[in-house]
Amino acid sequence: MNTKTRLDPVALQADFPILAREVHGRTLAYLDNAASAQKPRAVIEALDEFYRAHYANIHRGVHTLSEEATAAYEGARDKVAAFVNAPDRRGVIFTRNATEAINLVAYTWGRANVGPGDRIIVTEMEHHSNLVPWQLLAREVGAELAYVSVTDEGRLDLESLHCLLQGQVKLAAFTHVSNVLGTVNPVREITARVHAAGARVLVDAAQSVPHMPTDIEALDCDFLAFSGHKMCGPTGIGVLYGRPELLEEMPPFLTGGGMIRRVGRAEASWDDLPWKFEAGTPAIAEAVGLSAAVDYLSGVGMEAVWAHEQELAAYALERLAETPGVRMIGPPAEERSGVVAFTVESIHPHDLAQALDGEGIAIRAGFHCAQPLHERLGLAATARASFYLYDTREEVDRLVEGIQKAQAWLGQ
Amino acid sequence: MEDLYREHILDHYRHPRHQGTLDDADISCEQDNPVCGDVVRLDVRLKDGRVSEARFSGRGCVISMASASMLTEEILGKTVEELKALQDEDMFEMLGITLGPVRAKCGLLPLRVLQGGLARMEET
Repeated sequence: MNTKTRLDPVALQADFPILAREVHGRTLAYLDNAASAQKPRAVIEALDEFYRAHYANIHRGVHTLSEEATAAYEGARDKVAAFVNAPDRRGVIFTRNATEAINLVAYTWGRANVGPGDRIIVTEMEHHSNLVPWQLLAREVGAELAYVSVTDEGRLDLESLHCLLQGQVKLAAFTHVSNVLGTVNPVREITARVHAAGARVLVDAAQSVPHMPTDIEALDCDFLAFSGHKMCGPTGIGVLYGRPELLEEMPPFLTGGGMIRRVGRAEASWDDLPWKFEAGTPAIAEAVGLSAAVDYLSGVGMEAVWAHEQELAAYALERLAETPGVRMIGPPAEERSGVVAFTVESIHPHDLAQALDGEGIAIRAGFHCAQPLHERLGLAATARASFYLYDTREEVDRLVEGIQKAQAWLGQ
Repeated sequence: MEDLYREHILDHYRHPRHQGTLDDADISCEQDNPVCGDVVRLDVRLKDGRVSEARFSGRGCVISMASASMLTEEILGKTVEELKALQDEDMFEMLGITLGPVRAKCGLLPLRVLQGGLARMEET
């Protein structure tokens, strides 16, 4: 590995004020990044500075503050578009989060394009946010919801995709990276096959954009969704990328102010992209904060972030494998992101998470919003550690020690 | 860790009281906690209007299992009216600890199961 792809997590920790705090008398080890990431000072200060010096509503105002706020908001769009190499800024729509982005597609493109007897393809490893909107759509229009199966090793079974693509398929909606297994799916390959079958592709990138370099143009998908809060940005801001030619054809999602061109007594016409899909006053400061997060991550380098997380995941898998009673879920280290889900024999994940919290270590326990996946793998709840740029090998060691302590305390 | 998992809670978890099921129970109900998949079933037999036997079964974390075990002890000898009067606070008092909102659901699951069983008994 050359120096350019290296990062120093301990140095980066100094950028995140919250990482200096103690939990139950121990320095915080934050290993719940798949749920949400912590915020660097640069993001916190960007929000603060925006509210102190530049805040006003955007687009319609002709006064100075409104112009400054509009420039900052639209500048954030350009920043985000460049970060994920979106082919066209008109396709970058700010939403509340990835969930809202997926719902936007399901409620507009879905209702307009999916009909009785059509097939929507999802996978068994989806987060509920990329399942429930399609369940509702399928039920409402009489379409079929079909699942690409997951192998026992936690990979997508692409043979089953091949079979599913034989029917009257309209859409394949799947995750880039599993929030439980950490599996990195071959988006380009799947997209090519789905396109060859004449269907559209939506990629849930909530677990990939924050952690690896993203190139939407290369992925060639039709829609892609992610959240700001998982990539060091504020809550309340997410992104939908859609091909402009599809977005043009789609009816609006939410309607009202901001998204109209002209309003008569009986009807209205819509604004141009991307504003057609941004009804009401949007999350202006949050977009500015997201822009600062993009700057921060770009400064560190996404190759370096990805390499660091893979290295940590490999180290965690190695350490956990040495720990008796621990069972790892998901594929080998070289095929996964920095997400490590596991169970500990005779200790319920909730009890484990509670015990680790007592040591200042934050992990997640439960179904991680992926109940069908847990059912498929025959698992009750699992525990999950998920890493980011500021996590260290020493924190992995603390995790393993915490598990051993919990085993001594709670094991039977 | 020691704060939450006090000795009496661990004792109930390691040596559960009244574990099992009852045939021909007067009150019987099973529920799960969709957040973590914990399942608790409760069977209660009444004699002369009072709880004569209670059993619990299921799987779950220390808090939900200990809470179920404690509840089966607590309700012995109580009338149906007394069962209905049981509040969340009574469960917290039995556990003797303060629970955050997520863990409170674990601690209260057995009571919810009992309440579900009581509601079903009323219906039939």
